[in-house]
Amino acid sequence: MLEFFPFKKTIPFMSWGKVTTFISLATFLFSVWALWDRGLNLGVDFTGGTLIEVRTSQPADLHTIRTALEKTGLPEISVQNFGTSHDVLIRLPNKGDANAAETSNRVMAALKAVDASVELKRVDFVGPQVGKELYDSGALALLVVAFGIMAYLAIRFEWRFALAGMLANMHDIVIILGMFAFFQWEFTLTVLAGVLAVLGYSVNESVVVFDRIRENIRKMRGATIPHIIDDAITRTMSRTIITHGSTQLMVLSMFFFGGEALHNFALALTIGIMFGIYSSVLVASPLLLMFGVKREHFIKPVEKKEEAVV
Amino acid sequence: MNRFPLWKYIVIGVTLVVAFLYTLPNFFGEVPAVQVSPVRTTEKVDTALLGQVESLLKAANVAYSGMELAGNSIKARFASTDVQIKAKDVLQNGLGERYTVALNLVSASPAWLSTINAKPMYLGLDLRGGVHFLLEVDMKAALEKAAIRYQNDFRTELRSDKIRYGRISRAGNAVTVHFATRDQRDAAANKLGTTFTELAFAPEDQAEGFTLTARLKPETVTKVQDFALQQNITTLRNRVNELGVAEPVIQQQGANRVVVQLPGVQDTAKAKDILGRTATLEIRMVDELADPQALAQGQVPFGDDVVASREGGSIAVKKDVVLTGDSITDASPGFDNQSGQAAVHISLDGKGARIFKDVTRENVGKRMAILLIEKGVAEAITSPVIREEIGGGRVQITGMETAQEASDVALLLRAGALAAPMQIVEERTVGPSMGAENIEKGFHSNLWGFFAVVIFMIVYYRVFGVISSIALAINALLLIALLSMLQATLTLPGMAAIALTLGMAIDANVLINERIREEIRAGLTPQAAIHAGYERAWATILDSNLTTLIAGIALFWLGSGPVRGFAVVLCLGILTSMFSAVTVSRAMVNLIYGRQARLAKVSI
Repeated sequence: MLEFFPFKKTIPFMSWGKVTTFISLATFLFSVWALWDRGLNLGVDFTGGTLIEVRTSQPADLHTIRTALEKTGLPEISVQNFGTSHDVLIRLPNKGDANAAETSNRVMAALKAVDASVELKRVDFVGPQVGKELYDSGALALLVVAFGIMAYLAIRFEWRFALAGMLANMHDIVIILGMFAFFQWEFTLTVLAGVLAVLGYSVNESVVVFDRIRENIRKMRGATIPHIIDDAITRTMSRTIITHGSTQLMVLSMFFFGGEALHNFALALTIGIMFGIYSSVLVASPLLLMFGVKREHFIKPVEKKEEAVV
Repeated sequence: MNRFPLWKYIVIGVTLVVAFLYTLPNFFGEVPAVQVSPVRTTEKVDTALLGQVESLLKAANVAYSGMELAGNSIKARFASTDVQIKAKDVLQNGLGERYTVALNLVSASPAWLSTINAKPMYLGLDLRGGVHFLLEVDMKAALEKAAIRYQNDFRTELRSDKIRYGRISRAGNAVTVHFATRDQRDAAANKLGTTFTELAFAPEDQAEGFTLTARLKPETVTKVQDFALQQNITTLRNRVNELGVAEPVIQQQGANRVVVQLPGVQDTAKAKDILGRTATLEIRMVDELADPQALAQGQVPFGDDVVASREGGSIAVKKDVVLTGDSITDASPGFDNQSGQAAVHISLDGKGARIFKDVTRENVGKRMAILLIEKGVAEAITSPVIREEIGGGRVQITGMETAQEASDVALLLRAGALAAPMQIVEERTVGPSMGAENIEKGFHSNLWGFFAVVIFMIVYYRVFGVISSIALAINALLLIALLSMLQATLTLPGMAAIALTLGMAIDANVLINERIREEIRAGLTPQAAIHAGYERAWATILDSNLTTLIAGIALFWLGSGPVRGFAVVLCLGILTSMFSAVTVSRAMVNLIYGRQARLAKVSI
C-alpha cells in the first residue's frame, strides 16, 4: 500500500496554535496592506474601457503601433505584448464620450493602415455603468456565497463551526486578493469566478475536518477537545493532501495549456488551494477551540441518532 | 453486504447508455451549411420554399449533402466551404430580398441522432467567435419624444376646436400650453382632458397669463418605456435579419437593455454600425421666408430648426413634422431614371400616403426637406421643390452620394426606426480564429489534467484507483451529456469549470478510499471495510458538495456572461459527480469484490 502519510500517532496541531496564528495574521495583514496600498489591478470588466487583442503576422513592432494609435487622438492608449510576440493587447479607458463603442473600430482602422495583415482576435468594451454594475454584483456574490455557506454550516453543525469555517475562508479570499494586489495581476470577471469557487471549495476542507471532529466527539469519550481536533486533522491529512493535489493537477493543466485567458484564473485557484489546506487545518480548528466548542454541543443529538441507526 | 439489487445496475446501465447517446453528437464535428429564413418573422417557411431552394441549387449545379426544414428556417449542408459560399450566392440571387441567406455550421451527426433530439453542446461566443452587444435604450429620450408628439397633437386638437392658444412649450417631458384668458384655458383643459386621458393636466394662473401643463401619468410612463423597448427589439431583429446572421439572439435584459448576440459574424465593424445606427427619417417643409444671411450668422427663425444640408450650407425647416419613418412600409435602393443618381424608393402606408398627397398638393412650388436624423443630429439629405401633387404613396429620394449609401439608408428605413436612441454599453467580440483556439486550449487543459489525475490515482490506489478513474471518466461523460441535453451555453470559463469539477469530483473517491484504508487498518474485514467506507464517507461528501453548490448557485444568480457559464457547469458537475463517484464506483466495487464471500484482501 502506497502511503504518503503513514502517521500512527496524532500530530499535536493545536499546540502550534501560537505559531500558526502568527503566520496567518502576518499574511493576512500583509494582504490587507497590499490591497489598501496598491489596490486590485481591476480589468476592463470592472473599470469599464476598451480592450483589443490583435495578432500580427510578423512579430509586432509596439513602437510603430503606438505611434499609429496616437495619431487617432484617442487618450491614454496602452500597448503591450500578450503571451507571444505576435499578440498585442491594446487598452483604452472610457473617456465619457458617447461613441465609446466606436473606439475599437477606430483603433482597428488605424492598425490596418499600418499593417494590413492585422487580425482582430478579441474586443471587450465595457461601458462605465456596466463596469460598476459588474463590480457591485461581484461584491454582492461574494457576500451571498459567504453567508449562504455560513448558514449551511450553522444548520448542519453549530454556529461556532460556521463562524470558524467562514473566517478561515475569508482569510483565504483576502490572501488571494492581496496577492493579486501585490503583484498587480489583472483581476477580471473570470478571476472573480475562480475566487468564488475557491470560497465554496475551501469550505469543503473545513467541512471534512469538522465532520471528523463531530464524529470524534461522539466516539472518543475520554479525550480532551484539543486532542479530538488533533486526531481529526491527522486522520484527514492524507485525504486533504491527495484531494487538493488532484485538483491542483487540473489547475496546473489549465495554467499551462489554458492560455492567457485562463492564466490568472488558474493562479487564483492555485493560491486558493494552497491556503485552503493551510487555513482549514491551522486556522479554522484553532478558531473553533477559541470559540469554546464543547462536548455538550454534540452529545445530545448523538444519542438519538445512534438509536435511529441501530 | 456489498451487493446491489439488479434494478440498481439496470438504472446505472440505462443512464450510461443514454448519456453516451447524447454525448455522441459532439464527436461528429460540424459541416458548412447555408441557412434560409424569412426576413419578416411573421412569414412561415414551408415545403414549397424547400422545393424552391432545391431546384435553385440543382439548376446552378451546386451539390448539397442534406437539407432540412427546422424551426422557421431551411438548412442545406455542403461538402466544403467553397461550395457553401457558391450556394449562398445562388440562393441569395434566386430568392430575393424576402429571405435572409446566411452561412452557418451544422452538426455532422447522423440523422437518427437528431430524431432523438441529441445535439452537440451549444458553444458560447468565446468558443465559436462572434459579437455580443448589450444595448441600453435612452428612456429619457423616449419620454421626450412622446412629449413632442403630444405637443403636435395639442396643436391639432385645439385648432380643430377653434380654441385660441398662445405658445406650446416643453421642458423635459412636461408640455405647457399658454392662454390669454382663463375661459380659453378652461375650455382647453376640458377638451384635452377628455381626449388625452393618459395625461395629468395641471392648470396654473400666472402673472403673465394662464397655463395648462400636461405630464405623463406614471402608468403612461411605464407604457411608453415598455413600448420603446419592444419597438427597439423589433427594429433590432429586423436589422439583424438584414445582416444575414444564422442564429442571432436578441433578448430583453432588465427594464431598459437589450442583448444582441451574433455568432460567427466576421465583419464586426459593419454589424456595430448597422445596429448602433439610430437613423430616422423625417419629412418637413422648408421655411422659404427664412433669411439665408441670418442663417449663416447662426440665427434660428422662430418655429424653425436649422439643419445642415448635403447640398451645401444650412437650411431652416419648420418644426412641424409632415411624416416620420414610421409611415414607411418599404424602402429599396435604386437609381433615378433621369439623372442616374443613387436613389432610395420609398413606399408609404395609407395614412402616410394621404398626408403626403395633401401636403404636396397644398405646397406646389415650395421646397420640402427630407431629414436623416442620426445620433440626435439632423441632416437634410435633399430638399427638392414640389412640382406637383404626389399621390399613391410612392416617393423617390435622391441626394445619396454613392449606391452603397443608398442601400444602407434603404436598409435602415426598411428595418424601421428606433423608438428611442440606443447606446452600446458593452461589447464582446471574439474573432473566429480565437474561438477555435479557445476550444483547443480548454480541451487540452481538461485532457492533460485528467491524465495526470488518473495516473496518480492508479499508482496510489491500484484497483480502487482504476475504479475511481473510470468513475471520473463517467462523470465527464455525464456532464457533457447533460450539457448537450440542456443546450446550456458552454464558454471557456465553462470548460475551466469542467476541469475544476473533475479535479474536485475525485475528492469523493479519495474520501471513500481513505476511509476504506482506515477501516482496514482498524481491523475490519475487507468487505466490512468497503461497506463502512462508503457509508461513512457519504455524509462528508454531501456536506462538502453542498457548500460548493451554494457558491455555484450564487454565482449563477448574480453573475453575468463568463461567470454564469462557469457557474452552470460547476453546479451540473457537482450533481453528476455525486452520482458517478458514489453510486457508479460502488457498483463497480460490488461487481468486482461483492460476490467473494471470503475476501481476504483488497487492492487499495
